[in-house]
Amino acid sequence: MKKSVLLGTLTVAGLAAGAAAAGTLDDVKARGVLNCGVTTGLVGFAAPDANGEWQGFDVAVCRAVAAAVLGDGNAVEFVPTTGKTRFTALASGEIDMLARNTTWTFSRDVDLKFEFTGVNYYDGQGFMVPADLGVSSALELDGATVCIQTGTTTELNLADYFAANGMSYEPVPIETNAEAQPLYLEGACDVYTTDRSGLLATRAAFENPGDHVVLPEIVSKEPLGPLVRHGDNDWGDIVRWTLNALITAEEVGVTSENLDTIAGETKNAEIKRLLGTEGTLGEMLGLDAEWAKRAIAVGGNYGEIFDANIGPDTAIGAERGYNAQWVDGGLLYSPPFR
Amino acid sequence: MATMSDAPSESFRLSMLLNDKRYRAYTFQFIALLLLIGFFSYLGVNLVRNLQAAGLNISFGFLGDPAGYDINQRLIEYSKDSTHWRASVVGVLNTLLVAVVGCFFATIIGVVVGVLRLSNNWIVSRLMSVYVEIFRNVPVLIWILIIMAIFIAVLPQPRDFRGANAEASMFLDLFAFTGRGFYMPKPYFAAEWAAGATGWLIVIALLILGFIGSRMIAGNATKIQEATGNRPTTWYWTLGIWFGPLIIAFFVMGLSWDVPALKGFNFQGGIYARNSFIALTFALSIYTAAFIAENVRAGILSVSKGQSEAAASLGLRPNRIMNLVILPQALRVIIPPLISHFLNLTKNSSLAIAVGYMDLTGTLGGITLNQTGRAIESVLLLMAFYLTISLSISAIMNVYNKSISLKER
Repeated sequence: MKKSVLLGTLTVAGLAAGAAAAGTLDDVKARGVLNCGVTTGLVGFAAPDANGEWQGFDVAVCRAVAAAVLGDGNAVEFVPTTGKTRFTALASGEIDMLARNTTWTFSRDVDLKFEFTGVNYYDGQGFMVPADLGVSSALELDGATVCIQTGTTTELNLADYFAANGMSYEPVPIETNAEAQPLYLEGACDVYTTDRSGLLATRAAFENPGDHVVLPEIVSKEPLGPLVRHGDNDWGDIVRWTLNALITAEEVGVTSENLDTIAGETKNAEIKRLLGTEGTLGEMLGLDAEWAKRAIAVGGNYGEIFDANIGPDTAIGAERGYNAQWVDGGLLYSPPFR
Repeated sequence: MATMSDAPSESFRLSMLLNDKRYRAYTFQFIALLLLIGFFSYLGVNLVRNLQAAGLNISFGFLGDPAGYDINQRLIEYSKDSTHWRASVVGVLNTLLVAVVGCFFATIIGVVVGVLRLSNNWIVSRLMSVYVEIFRNVPVLIWILIIMAIFIAVLPQPRDFRGANAEASMFLDLFAFTGRGFYMPKPYFAAEWAAGATGWLIVIALLILGFIGSRMIAGNATKIQEATGNRPTTWYWTLGIWFGPLIIAFFVMGLSWDVPALKGFNFQGGIYARNSFIALTFALSIYTAAFIAENVRAGILSVSKGQSEAAASLGLRPNRIMNLVILPQALRVIIPPLISHFLNLTKNSSLAIAVGYMDLTGTLGGITLNQTGRAIESVLLLMAFYLTISLSISAIMNVYNKSISLKER
């Protein structure tokens, strides 16, 4: 009997996994709501504001997809996930897509059977320490106690970095960003490490952000992007090209303000195809012609979203850096809309 | 009417499966079993088919791959290049450590509180009821988090020990109580031949010899007492046989102490009990102790008042009444529920990740599961482990229960 209970539990998990294998687009349309996995709360990327509305850089991607598919950027059910629960939530069909500053790695793409639909933030792992510690380089961290979010690539990079430099450290695994903050502030760990964007966002939420420095070392490549389940390519295409639409919109100068006028005035054929006044790109995706227009209308193009949530004028204060358009020397390079 | 007497020898007919009371029970059980097997094989086949459709398979090969992550508390040798299997073993040992230490303290606190709750002293008994009610009625996860938060906030951090005018200082220059945990001096043997495990094996051997020796002395004393009526004084013999060889061995092997010292970011050297371990063990102990206390109280109350009155009229003092009359009878009531409290404590230790303690749920069920994506396999192993541990605990406790239960002949 014990064995059968055990099998039963597994089976229920397996059944759930199989249920949502195909036709995500139809499921979402029938439901009228997009289930989007986000973090449990990381200011600037995904966190509820004072009115309980989810705001942030990753949230904007969810809203853009919802607008493209359902015509309403608010038709999103945000599902908070931790570093540990996110992949199970996506694999089991609890969420339709995951936009939770998740690093695109080989094993996640290939072995875990997910499909990364692009990169919305090029990041790298960094370290934050209190300024009064007097540390100016990560190479001085031998013997330090380091807080890490468990279940992330951070954990593995950290082990590799310290081993490669012949340093020792004491890892303190933490489940969520919110739990890590008091530990770090009380001094239970000397160092907090995660992606630099996450460090900046965390620091912005501190009472005295100036008392903490982010060390210059970047110890890993962390391309963060939205992902969907393997096997539903049509749905993957929608998420991929919605993100590309936001990036292309910035590149060609389409903003949420000139959106309505530019389509009629422009002579640029790519803008016309993007906004659906020419060609049948929307139809090919299984959507209507104005899908990209609605996606851009929600939060603006990539640059507008960046500036509003994590840009230099916000508390996060992130520079564009690698996340500038390729024409400006950055890495953002959307394939053409053709 | 002859058929009545012939009934037992009547040959078996198929209809008897339903009509005959003797077979009917088996029939229904058999049908129920078939349905159950059918149901679970349906689910099992479904699982396998769905996994195949998703391009996944069940394989435990990942256990042999390098883990790639570090674990802070390691009772055995482990590095990031070790396998996932070894990481799981590290987790298992950490779980067992918390379970054993937790059960030990929970029992002590529980018995003391349970007895005190029946005290005639109004304040003492009320204080104990308050303790029991508070700890029993708040979820253990909250206790773990509260204790960890207080631990970190109240105690000084290693950086407070630094500098000429340090805010905190080491206790007796030997112990450091910090928000990151407790650092204590660690004994080791300086003599080269006794370094490492050898010295400790010698110590254990001497302790066993001391135990046997003291039993022999006590047995001898009892023999003399039975023969002559006088019990010879033996305490200095006992003391000598326990500690004499031990002290000589310590001297020969060069017992020394590795005292923790602040070096860089942290204290180095000595024994380091991490804050996560202390908070988790403490929370689990006092939480479970509240239940055990109630158990103990129920056990004591189950012994009728006449027993203690009879003992008192024989002239026994109160603590002897407790030890000789009440507890031996109360234990029969206390032990069976105590087993389930031990099991609960062990299973509750899986909340360890809340304070960053790397137990089995943290290594195999946490990081390994996440980095490899092998959820079904990892959860299967986790279940197998907790099942084994729980069954072992109840087996051991059942043996003990048998030994103290009422002998019926």
